[in-house]
Amino acid sequence: MHNPQLNKDGELTHLLSVEGLPQRILTQILDTAESFMEVSARDVKKVPLLRGKSVFNLFFENSTRTRTTFEIAAKRLSADVINLDINKSSASKGETLLDTIDNLVAMHANLFVVRHASSGAPYLIAEHLQRIGRDDVHVVNAGDGRHAHPTQGLLDMYTIRHYKKDFTQLRVAIVGDILHSRVARSDIHALTTLGVPEVRAIGPETLLPKHLDKLGVHVFHDMNEGLKDVDVIIMLRLQNERMTGALLPSAGEYFRHYGLTPQKLALASPDAIVMHPGPMNRGVEIHSAVADGSQAVILPQVTFGIAVRMAVMSIVAGN
Amino acid sequence: MSPLPSSLPDAEAQCRQLADLIRPHLHKNPALVGIYSGGAWIAERLKELLDLPEDIGLIDVSFYRDDFAEKGLHPQVKPTVIPFDVEDRHLILVDDVLYTGRTTRAAINELFDYGRPASIELAVLADRDGRELPVAPTYCVWDVALNEGDSLVLAKQDDGQLAWRLENA
Repeated sequence: MHNPQLNKDGELTHLLSVEGLPQRILTQILDTAESFMEVSARDVKKVPLLRGKSVFNLFFENSTRTRTTFEIAAKRLSADVINLDINKSSASKGETLLDTIDNLVAMHANLFVVRHASSGAPYLIAEHLQRIGRDDVHVVNAGDGRHAHPTQGLLDMYTIRHYKKDFTQLRVAIVGDILHSRVARSDIHALTTLGVPEVRAIGPETLLPKHLDKLGVHVFHDMNEGLKDVDVIIMLRLQNERMTGALLPSAGEYFRHYGLTPQKLALASPDAIVMHPGPMNRGVEIHSAVADGSQAVILPQVTFGIAVRMAVMSIVAGN
Repeated sequence: MSPLPSSLPDAEAQCRQLADLIRPHLHKNPALVGIYSGGAWIAERLKELLDLPEDIGLIDVSFYRDDFAEKGLHPQVKPTVIPFDVEDRHLILVDDVLYTGRTTRAAINELFDYGRPASIELAVLADRDGRELPVAPTYCVWDVALNEGDSLVLAKQDDGQLAWRLENA
């Protein structure tokens, strides 16, 4: 099947989803990110790789953190960054997504970073660029609907590799609202592709998608069982709107069953790491003593995220 | 430039010759920076042969190359490691082969992002024809003329010894 993310030589030209990417490309991104970690530690945190290129941050949905880290990453590659506040732009005047893209291509955009509430929007843009013969313009998905958030998935893999070195001996648990989480979906595909033998999903029945077992994921509804002996815990943010959607009784009830407390963390392997994509709801999905504890790697995740986004942008822009 | 001899010279012996060329200039307390991968191996040898106490620097110029637009990013980038302060230091950049001079240009640019060195010199085992930039080696053991399309590759053998190999494009 044709994979729109890869060019005819099998190289990454857009990053739309972790799903369908071979292990060699995931590993290439993680290896390249390691070199960019060193750049971010210098006095001059900048390399000339994307000098003269224009990166457009197209955020149709709010996200301060992801937009900021993409902006920092692009600037450290010496690109010019243009942030488009779509709510205030032509989209609210009725312009279609692809008309917006055509206009920005006419302004000599080289790379689009796209966040959109609709699953598939970045695909639509990538296919449109191919149709109009602009294979020199690239798309990076910064989160589309419930579908995918590939750079978050990749930075999670970078974090796991940094602390655990080897993927092939690990038990990884993803906890919380997996049904609505594009992060969880990207993580599951990445973990499986990189050879993690045991991926667990822990959450209430109403927040777990059906057929998770078909992805090779072990499903648990009880935290105490699911966390036993795991090496990595990925906590997901509980979105407040789920509470009003009658999927959950209350935040307090959720915390009692699925909040990560020091007592529950003690069931995991003693050197287990705790991850969270942010922003955290303290006292809802995670106890402050865990979020601020020695096993949490939540802030390093943010730092790694910049290096991973530098790697992704420089790889796709070069192909 | 001498034509290529029928058998390639001993790269390990050439490392010793290169160390002999640098030795009279050690009073400036130079720091070595090897360019991946051949230059890094040679810099490691020079550190031992010259009895330098300080760790060498390692540089991967992938983020500074001028052919990114044509070739994209090299699939195997290694982290640059500069374990000393380059500000006001005398640096010796070490590479295996000096050819177009473009790698040297990229490496100098990268070093300046770490600070302003007092000086940068260039040490290479081989200098081949085909310069495209005004770059010349400070220390060089072997001037050699090669046919276009041929390339001289330094390899590390299973026993850890460095050896030359001639490759045809």
